[in-house]
Amino acid sequence: MNMWLNFLIDSLAFGATFMYGSTGEILTEKAGHLNLGIPGIMCMGGAGGCLVLNAIGKSGLPGFLIVILGVLGALALSMLCGLIYSFLTVTLRANQNVTGLALTTFGGGLMKVIMSKMDATVYLVGPKMLYRWPFAGRQDSLQCLGVLFFLAVIVALAASWVLFRTKVGLHLRAVGENPATADAVGINVTKYKYAATCIGSGIAGLGGFYYIIDYMASQEAYLSLEAFGWLSIALVIFALWRPHLTIIGSTVFGFLFSASSFITNISWIRVTMATKPILQMLPYVVTILVLVVTSVRNKRENQPPQSLGLPYFREER
Amino acid sequence: MEKQLALQLRGITKRFGRVVANNHVDLDVNRGEILAILGENGCGKTTLMNMIAGIYFPDEGHIYVDGQEVVIRSPKDAFDHRIGMIHQHFKLVDLFTAAENIVLGVHEEGRYNLKEVNQRVTEIAGKYGFHIDPRKKIYDMSVSEKQTVEIIKVLYRGADILILDEPTAVLTPQEIDKLFDVLRRMRADGKSIIIITHKLHEVLDVSDRVAILRRGEHIATVNTAETNESQLTEMMVGEKVSLDIERNDPVDAAPRLEVMHLNLHNAEGLHVLRDVTFTANGGEILGIAGIAGSGQRELLEAIAGLQPQMEGDVIFHNPKKDKPVTFFHKSMKRVRELGAQGMFHDQNMKPVSFDGMSTAEIRKWVESGNVLFKEDEIIDLRDKTPLEIRQLGVRLSFVPEDRLGMGLVGSMGITDNMMLRSYRKGPAGFLDRKKPRELAEEIIRELKVNTPGVNSPVRRLSGGNVQKVLVGREIAFTPKVLMAAYPVRGLDINSSYTIYHLLNKQKESGVAVIFVGEDLDVLLALSDRILVMNSGAVTGIVDARHATKEEIGLLMTKTDRARKEEA
Repeated sequence: MNMWLNFLIDSLAFGATFMYGSTGEILTEKAGHLNLGIPGIMCMGGAGGCLVLNAIGKSGLPGFLIVILGVLGALALSMLCGLIYSFLTVTLRANQNVTGLALTTFGGGLMKVIMSKMDATVYLVGPKMLYRWPFAGRQDSLQCLGVLFFLAVIVALAASWVLFRTKVGLHLRAVGENPATADAVGINVTKYKYAATCIGSGIAGLGGFYYIIDYMASQEAYLSLEAFGWLSIALVIFALWRPHLTIIGSTVFGFLFSASSFITNISWIRVTMATKPILQMLPYVVTILVLVVTSVRNKRENQPPQSLGLPYFREER
Repeated sequence: MEKQLALQLRGITKRFGRVVANNHVDLDVNRGEILAILGENGCGKTTLMNMIAGIYFPDEGHIYVDGQEVVIRSPKDAFDHRIGMIHQHFKLVDLFTAAENIVLGVHEEGRYNLKEVNQRVTEIAGKYGFHIDPRKKIYDMSVSEKQTVEIIKVLYRGADILILDEPTAVLTPQEIDKLFDVLRRMRADGKSIIIITHKLHEVLDVSDRVAILRRGEHIATVNTAETNESQLTEMMVGEKVSLDIERNDPVDAAPRLEVMHLNLHNAEGLHVLRDVTFTANGGEILGIAGIAGSGQRELLEAIAGLQPQMEGDVIFHNPKKDKPVTFFHKSMKRVRELGAQGMFHDQNMKPVSFDGMSTAEIRKWVESGNVLFKEDEIIDLRDKTPLEIRQLGVRLSFVPEDRLGMGLVGSMGITDNMMLRSYRKGPAGFLDRKKPRELAEEIIRELKVNTPGVNSPVRRLSGGNVQKVLVGREIAFTPKVLMAAYPVRGLDINSSYTIYHLLNKQKESGVAVIFVGEDLDVLLALSDRILVMNSGAVTGIVDARHATKEEIGLLMTKTDRARKEEA
């Protein structure tokens, strides 16, 4: 049964990409903003981190510092994207879908330009071992998991705790449900929207960084990143807007998505190049199923935030 | 006990553009009293209260709390001065529990602990005699429970001055009694309560003093014990203002629309129309008066087929006897049906039968004008959708109060908006744009609509021009019944007169005009008869030529209970 365990651990490691992405997206959506720019933001996070690593990769700095600086680089660029998105949608009240899609196209393209200009041997070789602490060097499958994976789990749990157990979370959810009410009781709606979007973008950006330099750790990794941004957005629905459920959801998604490569190892199922994409769409099929089930059950707690996608401005009568 | 001043307003003035909503209002509120603010729609009650609660900022004047001058710029400032307002439209997060809503935005020391909040909520509720489960979600609550949450929300923040904006409008009589008990307990506890209402009986029932506002001005504050309904009504409606609106006597008024025993419950289960019965005559303007939200909108929507849950009958009389049948408002299918029922005869009074005739032959015969109706058509509009009503050949026009929501599509041009009425005409699948465009141009010309062109979005037009486009379209449909809800709301004097003129012209051409208005002077000057609604029921139909404002004012404001007690 070792094969199954290996497969589970691999799914977990792969899933951390979406765990970051959808935790970030949930924070943004809880503030009432549907950020379709997440794929682009994840790309920019990856690019930001790699830019830093490219600059310091051969400088001989201590390992933990390289890790932290890489993370900071990823955070910086993705939060900048979040700031652009917030400025456009919160302050200028631009259409959220259009802004998000523009950001995705922009981020995905710009990342490809940046990444193609960099030397993968500099930003990849050193860090991979560093990020895999404390399991680096092990021979079993546990060596897939490292600090960034555990950080993803911690961030998802912490996000749930903040959202559902603290006053800040209560206020944030009120902003996403009914901003006029939040405004009337003296909550600074704009501040909450900016903060949630920027922090959410930063978290999502870490997902992109994690995918490129840790999980895949290959020169071509960046080419496939954008698709996982979309998967992260689908995962938000699957997780019913609860960050802690993204841990389970991302594992399921990781499992389903890599099922195609796994199944090729099983002799009695024939998988060809043509059937592989069909298997890869399983996560989306599951998302649709979840949507159908939650819509039929129609429980208010499992619905998206009530004012999701609607711009808010104090009405002047 | 010595009266202690809690709140003083001095010279408060608020303008919205050119409109003066409040003009140098002075008001005193004592500790431990219930002050009622009484006034007609749009007299500036809510605006005044919003300035105390920090929603608006006054243009002029001073506010004193406990003798100290204060500046209130936001609801938070108001709370800091221990003032809280319970709005007519609740501001609650549906998904949260009562306690979560109550604690929202409260800045307290210490950790966020819902258990403690729940306990405090229960304490406050117990103190004033509320019944509430702090763990219940708002979406599971009735209107009255939601109101309770709003009141506790204000008390939780330590408010000593509570403002309630028409708290009884949404409650049942039993719930109103309970609310008043709670208010009396709060008064005994030393709180100051300001309650906005226009139900006279409630004012007399619960308040200690009454302040009357009229057209933004403070008319008087009287002790409730020393006044009565007719004195209050007189102060509320004021002297009759004579308006120079033309009004001809109705010519051959005949019943056109009979509404019988109409009952309707809204989504919240409230009884919004109670046994409404009346007749609208052709060639006459029937005014509908009432406090906002007395069921006027629901009544018009029920007639127009937009309230499918209604009970009762709406009978339409089409004066068609001996008039030729046309395809203008009837389909071939309908003409065949009516023919089969023997509804038609020809010029020689011989019954018409379409048996064995082809569609082309029938069309030719009908279009020659020789097929006549035998009797007036009588059609029951009950359980009909707007489309079905139109297909039955009932020419019913509706100018809704929400012009850019229900009446027109704001982002489309005038031509496209005309097509909302005619998109079914023309060859299948294609639109006829020529006629709507001509109609649009005609409306612009005839009604002097100020617009850059027929295709510029109607949303960009001023309120008066939007209304001209909407009324123009509905009139172009040559209605037999024209219903207009608040057609002059927000319009300047000139546009208002244009609309009055249009309504009068419709009346002269034999249309039954139903005009829902809020200004009693206009209703009295324009209508032939006035139907007064109160809490969803018809409290009277009066002759507009002889009725007085006080008479209508009393019919509008008396509650059920007051009427029953008199009877």
